[in-house]
Amino acid sequence: MTLFLWVVYPYICLTIFVVGHIWRYRYDKFGWTTRSSQLYENRLLRLGSPLFHFGILAVFLGHVMGLGVPKSWTEAVGISEGLYHFFAVTVGAIAGICTLVGMSILIYRRRTTGPVFSATTSMDKVMYALLALVIVLGLANTVVANLVGSYDYREGVSIWFRGIFRFQTYPELMAAAPWTFQAHGLAAITLFALWPFTRLVHVFSAPLGYLTRPYIVYRSAKPSTAGNRPARRGW
Amino acid sequence: MKVMAQMAMVMNLDKCIGCHTCSVTCKQAWTNRAGTEYVWFNNVETRPGQGYPRTYEDQERWRGGWALNSRGRLTLKGGGRLKKLATIFSNPIMPSIDDYYQPWTYDYSTLTDAPAQQHLPVARPKSLLTGKDMKITWSANWDDDLGGSAVTFANDPILKKVSTQVKQEFESTFMFYLPRICEHCLNPSCAASCPSGAIYKRSEDGIVLVDQDRCRGWRMCISGCPYKKVYFNHRTGKAEKCTFCFPRIEVGMPTVCAETCVGRLRYIGLILYDADRVLEAASTPNDQDLYEAQRSLLLDPNDPEVIRAAEREGIPNDWITAAQRSPIHALINTFKVALPLHPEYRTMPMVWYIPPLSPVVDVVAETGEDAENHRNLFAAIDALRIPIEYLAELFTAGSVPVVDGVLRKLAAMRSYMRDINLGRDPDGGIPAAVGMSEEDMYDMYRLLALAKYDERYVIPPAHAEQAHGLEELATECALDFDGGPGMGGSGPFGEGSGQQSVPVAVENFAVLQERQQADSLGGVAGGNAVTLVSWDGKGSPKGMFRRRRGGSDSPGGESR
Repeated sequence: MTLFLWVVYPYICLTIFVVGHIWRYRYDKFGWTTRSSQLYENRLLRLGSPLFHFGILAVFLGHVMGLGVPKSWTEAVGISEGLYHFFAVTVGAIAGICTLVGMSILIYRRRTTGPVFSATTSMDKVMYALLALVIVLGLANTVVANLVGSYDYREGVSIWFRGIFRFQTYPELMAAAPWTFQAHGLAAITLFALWPFTRLVHVFSAPLGYLTRPYIVYRSAKPSTAGNRPARRGW
Repeated sequence: MKVMAQMAMVMNLDKCIGCHTCSVTCKQAWTNRAGTEYVWFNNVETRPGQGYPRTYEDQERWRGGWALNSRGRLTLKGGGRLKKLATIFSNPIMPSIDDYYQPWTYDYSTLTDAPAQQHLPVARPKSLLTGKDMKITWSANWDDDLGGSAVTFANDPILKKVSTQVKQEFESTFMFYLPRICEHCLNPSCAASCPSGAIYKRSEDGIVLVDQDRCRGWRMCISGCPYKKVYFNHRTGKAEKCTFCFPRIEVGMPTVCAETCVGRLRYIGLILYDADRVLEAASTPNDQDLYEAQRSLLLDPNDPEVIRAAEREGIPNDWITAAQRSPIHALINTFKVALPLHPEYRTMPMVWYIPPLSPVVDVVAETGEDAENHRNLFAAIDALRIPIEYLAELFTAGSVPVVDGVLRKLAAMRSYMRDINLGRDPDGGIPAAVGMSEEDMYDMYRLLALAKYDERYVIPPAHAEQAHGLEELATECALDFDGGPGMGGSGPFGEGSGQQSVPVAVENFAVLQERQQADSLGGVAGGNAVTLVSWDGKGSPKGMFRRRRGGSDSPGGESR
């Protein structure tokens, strides 16, 4: 069971994540969009959407720090355990609460604003439920690991997580983690599997190229420069 | 000098009767789909009025187009790249559906399904966004013909700019119509605002299009366009805009709005312009100089140097010839009667307008004076500050003398041609008074008044070797509406996801044209394939129905 949950299942889900995105991009470029509902309603969105999005961007960076950077590295540059955890708890809690509040506003808006609710697909609903679960569990972890208990995830979850990408598996580390961490991990992995089939794909079209491209785009019909796809049938 | 070709349009507002045929045919052709109910690529506004969406011309509120910053550099009025990305999660200056209108339909089925009852059944309005009952409070043309203007005219952003005394008496003074499509600007701020780079300008003919496969629905183009002519399809989550009917233009046919225009007031043709100087012209410090700056961008297609430069850029010879015959070039640069709409937005718009003389003529006629006499008209143009100031705010960023000059030319044309039509000796002094030769005046009369089809539309076909690459956005199957028999509908990821949309093949329009001009109702000779995209409902073309085994062919076609 441990092997399945913390080795087999993550690899299955991550494979779906990668292959799913490639498939979706090839099959469904037209459906690849944010599916914004700002046109319908703006008052709640103006509050909720930036809260949620900036919050979750901060949460993402926090995960890069916590999961991606080994403990030995931060200690090598002189960040003590206490200092690290102080930052992790304060910044993490602020970002997490922003995300949670933003998400609550957005879900409330989605349910109560008529046009927005009718534009919600069933896939959206599944995704929102799972995303909310992941966020709530994640916020709980911040509290559990740092305030209530004293689980050092950088000695456990982080090593397991990095191991996945190096094909060195440490299922026993996850099995020993508190149950909130286990649940958060499982929910997140499941979300990754669902990711390519939801509107979450818009994360991967974050328009950073806008910062460097010229303002006006010209496109020629000449095959060499005619956009990024092969010419369609000539008839 | 980098010569580029641009497909452009001029509308003669004197002839517009506000019948909305252009809007309706455009909607039938392009936006009769779910998600685009409120989308009018072409709309006709009554002036004075609020426009569509309401008060879109108030750029202090909507912040569309370009502006000069404190150092005199051209920047997006709605904020630069970093600001765009920072506000991407919630665009603070995007109009909501209420600034357009809530689209609706009626539950017509109750009219036929209702049981026998004492009262007549009623079809109630249902919102197309929620499906619930709704109260209709606004629509695309709620203030048509100054309807309800006593309540709404105070919101006209242009009327706010002209003097306040106008407001009391404007209703009895003047009214005219302003048909609008996408301006296909030389310096499009929608394209500059698009974070994904999905909006592009075709380098062959300058038509501005949205790549539906690259649009990610960031909504910045909608607020970036000062004319609010990019719309958000709320079902697909993608931006859509006027395509200048490029599949028709490519085969030499005019746009749907122009083709169906009852007043024959639209002109389509090519112009050549100097792409290297667009930025410089758009950065002209004084708003009122922008008209001249933009006009100076347009090159003389008869100048041998321009022709050589155009050939160097690979512009085909028949396109250069078309640019020389272009009615657009004649109206903008030879006769100088066409003016750009809101040059102060600095996008270098390419749909221009001949301002209406009729409000002036009407006022003169009401006084009992001769409304065809150029002296009376000239005097009235000088005296009637109201319509002219208003027109100047629309077309020249408030510069009255330019509009004044155009109206004088139109007035002179009326007087001069009346003498000819009545068999009197033409008075050469009339054209001279507005700085034109008699020949020019006659040519202008021919283009504006006779307006022959092949002089209004000088559209060189796209070269076949380019055609397949030009193809971009596509319509959908006509049967593919909600719950319709078509194959489409909502995919697992939302509206239209995952389907390869049916391309508008260039060939379809050629076949359609052939069929429309054919003598019989049968199919067109040659080719058995029938696409419903091009079927016009006449007869049943050959190959539409499968041949019965051993029996005769389809009803309309000949047996093969």
